[in-house]
Amino acid sequence: MTQNPRPKSIPVSLAASGVLTLPRRAATLARKTGARMNSQAVSGFPTIRTVGLTGMIVTFSGALDEASNRATLSFRQHLEQLGVPGVLETSTSLASVYIRFSPDDLDHASLAARLQEQLETRDWYRQPLPSGRRFWRVPTVYGTDLAPQLPEAADAAGLTEAQAIDSLGSARVRVLTIGFAPGQPYLGQLGQEWDLPRQTELTPMVPRGALVLAIRQFVLFSSSTPTGWRHVGQTGLMLFRPESETPFALRAGDELQFDPVSKADFLKLREEDAVFGGAACEEIPA
Amino acid sequence: MRGLKVLKIGPVASVQDLGRPGLLDQGVSRGGAADQLALAEGAALLRQDQGLAALEMGGMGGVFEAICPLRVALTGAPMAATLDGTALAWNASHRMEAGQRLEIGPARRGVYGYLHLGGGVDTEPVLGARSAHLAAGLGQAVTVGDVLPAGDDHAAEVGLTLAGQDRFQGGELRIVESFQSALFPPEVRARFGDTEFRRGARANRMGVEMLSDGEGFAAAGQLNILSEIIVPGDVQLTGDGKPFVLLREAQTTGGYPRIGTVLPCDLPKVAQAQAGVSLRFRWVSLEEGLGLQDKHDRELRALPGGCQPLLRDPGAMSDLLSYQLISGAVSALADPLITGEDT
Repeated sequence: MTQNPRPKSIPVSLAASGVLTLPRRAATLARKTGARMNSQAVSGFPTIRTVGLTGMIVTFSGALDEASNRATLSFRQHLEQLGVPGVLETSTSLASVYIRFSPDDLDHASLAARLQEQLETRDWYRQPLPSGRRFWRVPTVYGTDLAPQLPEAADAAGLTEAQAIDSLGSARVRVLTIGFAPGQPYLGQLGQEWDLPRQTELTPMVPRGALVLAIRQFVLFSSSTPTGWRHVGQTGLMLFRPESETPFALRAGDELQFDPVSKADFLKLREEDAVFGGAACEEIPA
Repeated sequence: MRGLKVLKIGPVASVQDLGRPGLLDQGVSRGGAADQLALAEGAALLRQDQGLAALEMGGMGGVFEAICPLRVALTGAPMAATLDGTALAWNASHRMEAGQRLEIGPARRGVYGYLHLGGGVDTEPVLGARSAHLAAGLGQAVTVGDVLPAGDDHAAEVGLTLAGQDRFQGGELRIVESFQSALFPPEVRARFGDTEFRRGARANRMGVEMLSDGEGFAAAGQLNILSEIIVPGDVQLTGDGKPFVLLREAQTTGGYPRIGTVLPCDLPKVAQAQAGVSLRFRWVSLEEGLGLQDKHDRELRALPGGCQPLLRDPGAMSDLLSYQLISGAVSALADPLITGEDT
């Protein structure tokens, strides 16, 4: 299925606006692959743009969707495996791959050309998720005084509390990205009924391990924090342990399911296992 | 144990080094000293590696007692410093004997002053660095009673000074366009470069507020953009169109649009601007920005060669002769002021 167009010399414009590099070709690529392969590509994407003085960003979509997030995770892993000399670090957001590089070892035009060449090797929107991912099952108490906003979230979604627990507890969600705070995942996507806006007022503080919800996503907090998202569940999973051999529990692309347990069972699990709160993970076969 | 005991300290003092690059994919921004130039200056003055950690003091110094003989250097925002009551030059290296007290006052200009130890501040590294990153829950503020442990010191020279670059009173910040600049209409970007700003009251190691008179700086159209990578120097416009320059300890991603990115070499000027100080942004092309940063990086590497013997002001020294004997680092011939009748 892979077409491998020979990369031609690529007009990289870093002057004037300095913002959009290669937009025309990128758009052309998306249309071309879309037409040929019934791709889930997003029109006008992917784009390659500069970030500050020594970064570039490859963006697969302007809005969150499953295929663009998958393309993002897959393309990032591809770049890491490729090992481009001069690239210092890569990371992903919901639909973009960021590349930080040393301008002493790699110039902007060469990197942009290299990225374009790699984008053209395949239809990234149809790539499978990267290998080496894990599936976590996380015991979670929904509602009660430990997660007091379940009732209002269920109400906003048009569900009873029992239906809400059923829906949230059976959802297998992906770590779409990690960011904002150390080890903190954005998880999704939940069903359309969970497209709830953020609260206008912040909840002053939710504890570490809180499972909060808005805009068809969960966030699982790595530390206690104020939030505008609704606190629907509580877990005992510690996501960030700076002194540990394995300081970060999750990686982008991992999958999680938040299994409903009673408050009594939850408290017992947390007492027995202060680090993971009874959560367990297994490798997802490639 | 070797080191300095903390007898008094300001509220925002912490151990800082070059920070933790490479953890963006886990949501940890690099952090590190707010004024990286000061870190390099201290390393040059003590003839040691600039990766070693120092004490960063925001706005206010402290009182420290040596628990062993030590070399120290003072850089960053100039603060009044005395050793057992005798004035010490800022931007210079000095020797402390066991039991001597170093007193450092408030910043006279700028925000962050640095106290460097020969051998570096040798606290336990966490995730590859000694920098406190309070937003990430890494490390903590330095408080009274703490001992700043000194690492093994492989050099002996003191009495050096550097002509520090003045980055303590605002001025011009060079800025390049970045991936979200196009969200702002060209006339808004142009006006941004023509506007005189002053540093606002809200500022910390994560970012610094910029105030201006007149209209704010709004992105065009919808603002429901996805959260994207933040790099140090990004100028973020909040909903009311007010700019914040984000520093090394900012979050790794953010949903507010960013109009451009201040060059890394100009970030010490942002961090060191006191409230009310006047600042402007000047748009430069990517090529020009790379050239300016490269020039700065070369100057940084040349710092060790720019250190000069400290010329001491005899009027400020009550125990001049004994001081010379102790330090042994200053040749009488090198300083005409301390030869002849004055002493």
